[in-house]
Amino acid sequence: MEYAYYPGCSLDSTGIEFNLSTKAVAKAFGIQLVEIPDWNCCGASAAHSTSHWLGLSLPARNLAIAEAAGLDVAIPCAACYARSKRAEVEVCKSEETRAKIEEIIGRPYKGESKARALLDIFHRDLGVYTDKNALKKPLAGLKVVTYYGCLMVRPVDTGFDDPEDPISLDEIMTALGAEVVPWGFKTECCGASLTACRPEVGFPMTEKILDAAKKSGADCIVTACPMCMANLDMRQDQIGKAKNVHYDLPVYYFTELLGVALNMNNKELGIPRHFVPAEALVNKIGQAKTTEGGEA
Amino acid sequence: MERVGVFVCHCGSNIGSVVDCAKVAEELRNYPNVVHSVDYKYMCSEPGQNLIKEAVKEHNLNRVVVCSCSPRMHENTFRACVAQAGLNPYMFEMANIREHCSWVHAGHNEEATAKAIDLAKMAVAKVCKNKELKKGHSPVTKRALVVGGGIAGIQAALDIANNGYQVDILERTPSIGGKMAQIDKTFPTIDCSACILTPRMVEASSHPNIKLITFAELEKVEGYVGNFDVTIRSKARSVDMSKCTGCGTCMTKCPGKADDEFNMNLQKRPAIYTPFPQAIPNKPVIDRESCLKFKSRKDGKDVCGICAKVCPAGAIDYEQEDEIFVEHYGAIVMATGYDQFDHSVYGEYGYGKYPDVISGLHFERLVNASGPTMGHIVRPSDHKEPKTVVMVKCVGSRDPEHGKSYCSRTCCMYSAKQATLIRDHCPDTKVYIFYMDVRTPGKGYDEFYNRTREEYGVEYIRGRVSKIYQDGEQLIVKGEDSLLGRPVEILADMVILADAMIPQNDAAKMAQIVGIGYDNDGWFTEAHAKLGPVETHTAGIFLAGACQGPKDIPDTVAQAGAAAVKVCGLLSKDQLETDPCTSEIDPALCAGCGHCVGVCPYKAISLETIEERKAGKTISRQVAKVNASLCQGCGACTVTCRSSAANLNHFTNAQILAEVDALCQTIL
Repeated sequence: MEYAYYPGCSLDSTGIEFNLSTKAVAKAFGIQLVEIPDWNCCGASAAHSTSHWLGLSLPARNLAIAEAAGLDVAIPCAACYARSKRAEVEVCKSEETRAKIEEIIGRPYKGESKARALLDIFHRDLGVYTDKNALKKPLAGLKVVTYYGCLMVRPVDTGFDDPEDPISLDEIMTALGAEVVPWGFKTECCGASLTACRPEVGFPMTEKILDAAKKSGADCIVTACPMCMANLDMRQDQIGKAKNVHYDLPVYYFTELLGVALNMNNKELGIPRHFVPAEALVNKIGQAKTTEGGEA
Repeated sequence: MERVGVFVCHCGSNIGSVVDCAKVAEELRNYPNVVHSVDYKYMCSEPGQNLIKEAVKEHNLNRVVVCSCSPRMHENTFRACVAQAGLNPYMFEMANIREHCSWVHAGHNEEATAKAIDLAKMAVAKVCKNKELKKGHSPVTKRALVVGGGIAGIQAALDIANNGYQVDILERTPSIGGKMAQIDKTFPTIDCSACILTPRMVEASSHPNIKLITFAELEKVEGYVGNFDVTIRSKARSVDMSKCTGCGTCMTKCPGKADDEFNMNLQKRPAIYTPFPQAIPNKPVIDRESCLKFKSRKDGKDVCGICAKVCPAGAIDYEQEDEIFVEHYGAIVMATGYDQFDHSVYGEYGYGKYPDVISGLHFERLVNASGPTMGHIVRPSDHKEPKTVVMVKCVGSRDPEHGKSYCSRTCCMYSAKQATLIRDHCPDTKVYIFYMDVRTPGKGYDEFYNRTREEYGVEYIRGRVSKIYQDGEQLIVKGEDSLLGRPVEILADMVILADAMIPQNDAAKMAQIVGIGYDNDGWFTEAHAKLGPVETHTAGIFLAGACQGPKDIPDTVAQAGAAAVKVCGLLSKDQLETDPCTSEIDPALCAGCGHCVGVCPYKAISLETIEERKAGKTISRQVAKVNASLCQGCGACTVTCRSSAANLNHFTNAQILAEVDALCQTIL
């Protein structure tokens, strides 16, 4: 299986663990990820609020490069995915849009190269959750809440799962042996960049999600979005301190937990890089039963 | 020799301000076969009609063309006028130069005038080919069928019966009563629904002119206005109605259990049951799906049989089978009612997963004294009294994304009613209602809504609910207060969703069985939104109640009365006139392919075998034949027929081609 790979800006910076774990896990499953040469910013948040055509053309250029190579594009970041999928959908919808975008980006894009969320690929194409043999260290005893964020499955024409009650992440986690705890915040907005530019609005949004996750009794939060990760992981300590609460809720990318279940090295997956210490919890997994537990 | 008179109407300024009527009359004066052509301000007025009558005499006209409005408006007027002038009424044609011309081409006067001239020429060409036709007659069966035994059907049947006609009510469930029997109180007067309904049910069941056919389905409708043959399947009750006394012993002893549909599955009922205590007929049926005996028979065993053992009248009959019979009626009233929208398609409201998120009809059963909780308002999950209730309006209504685009009309009022009931029963309970708009355009309705807010202290929040989720034992309702422009979050114990009214799930199939139209949503289509609200396009079939569209009880009862009057008007006649504009098939041209049989929506065409001499031999072959009483003159057969054997009287192939020729001559 071969995909063009679009890491986007965050997977080189705040979301580097997502990049590391994605590459490691993809390799283990025999998925070839070919990074799009000379890729550009997807334009998320800024471009489409400035110009409709800029918002569509930036991701369309990346897709066009992949199309020339005859590949669909695997996109880990939810925002990159949403913007790229939007470009693809609009190009497929109207000849006029396609012609205009092709003129702007100076190369053909017919909408044949599809934008695919990494989560969707792992869930639908690979059927990882059915392959019990690959799991060297099932996540038995790990209680997780799945957090999709607001962008991955919405709006309906670009999302790939149920917009109100998505299940792809749940099914992957269940297949890995984890216990998925029900809660009502799967698709609530984490506040995204508002935690930076308007903290008085953004922080309470993240805070509610952390409160609900804590109340649910889960050990950790699993996500597929680097923006959500930044808010839930990086801001957790700050939010907790303000109200004198110690959340102690590690946040993982689903690819990290996939790696853990494949018994990969924590460092290789980027787990020691988290703000909320995340190693201890995964190290506990399987310790009672097997001696080959995770690396310290 | 054809002598045609052309009369061009101005319709005041409707036509006259766009079309140059004098010019149309002038042009037509020189057209072949036209011997007289004039224009006049109002052709339909008495002086206008006199103009036509006098011209017929003076110019010895034998054909008349009026250029005016749509035939739907005034064809009958002018046909009568022509008949009074001594001509056959079918020697008349109308050219529609208003709806088809002046109204749609305003501002293009010259082109519109040219088009009006073309339309007039076409009418002249056609009228020259018209033949004298005579209306036929058919008898009337003086008996009506009402399909559906809810309040609409009951009221229509009572009104027909009180006018002295026989009427049958056909009901598919074991009892008449319908949705109104499930409702606790009715707005805006808060009178008990059962208290006002059950006397009508009793009256219907004891009326000498009314026969109840319950637990039965409509299978087939054949025939035509005045003469319908209706096939009915009476489902096996497994109880002999003539022996059963309705004592109810069987129901108390039955060990079988099934979801109680009447109580919205909030409790169980026995397998032998009547849907509710005041059911009519008050005689039980066995639900064979949940009856232990019938279930065991599928496994080759034969257990239980307790009901037969305890029945003092020996009325239980396990061997009873469905019975199919045909009844004859002169008119049919469709009163099949509505269904409640299923809110489980709303992911944001939990896909129907949360036990304490219920529908309006669930609440009616919860608050009803004979309901599963004896009228105590409690949450389904833990039977505790809710301290905060949130109601959400327009669930499935006005939301084409998830449900229907239309307004269900009743929800604003029933939500207000339910809110006041909660405040009456549980004065400490807080009630919030999320709404898009409050629509209360009925007598005493807006006053009721204001009382709900002002006297009962129910809090209305303008905005949609974006999400409901379970938080421990409670529900969190998130939404927007769009008047304050602020998100709101309410911690609620119970949520009531005002689910939309939707057609019965088999409404489309039912419409096809009886041969009436239905819209995209599945509501039965009336003949005219304003001027024919209870008629259908099929003569002799009428509509009452919510099967035609969302309606509350007052509107339903009014419409049922209107349908009954139409039925009585029909049944009061000894004979009906039949339209001569029906199809005929020329057996000499017919190849017997049968395509017309398939396309005929009225089942008016059948194949029959004829014998004929050909090359000295007698051969038999199939040809199509039209039953003129069933034919509605739609013309589907004539366009389907490959050999032009099918011809619609008054719209024959020759007539249509004459029109086309007339048009093409101008163009060429």
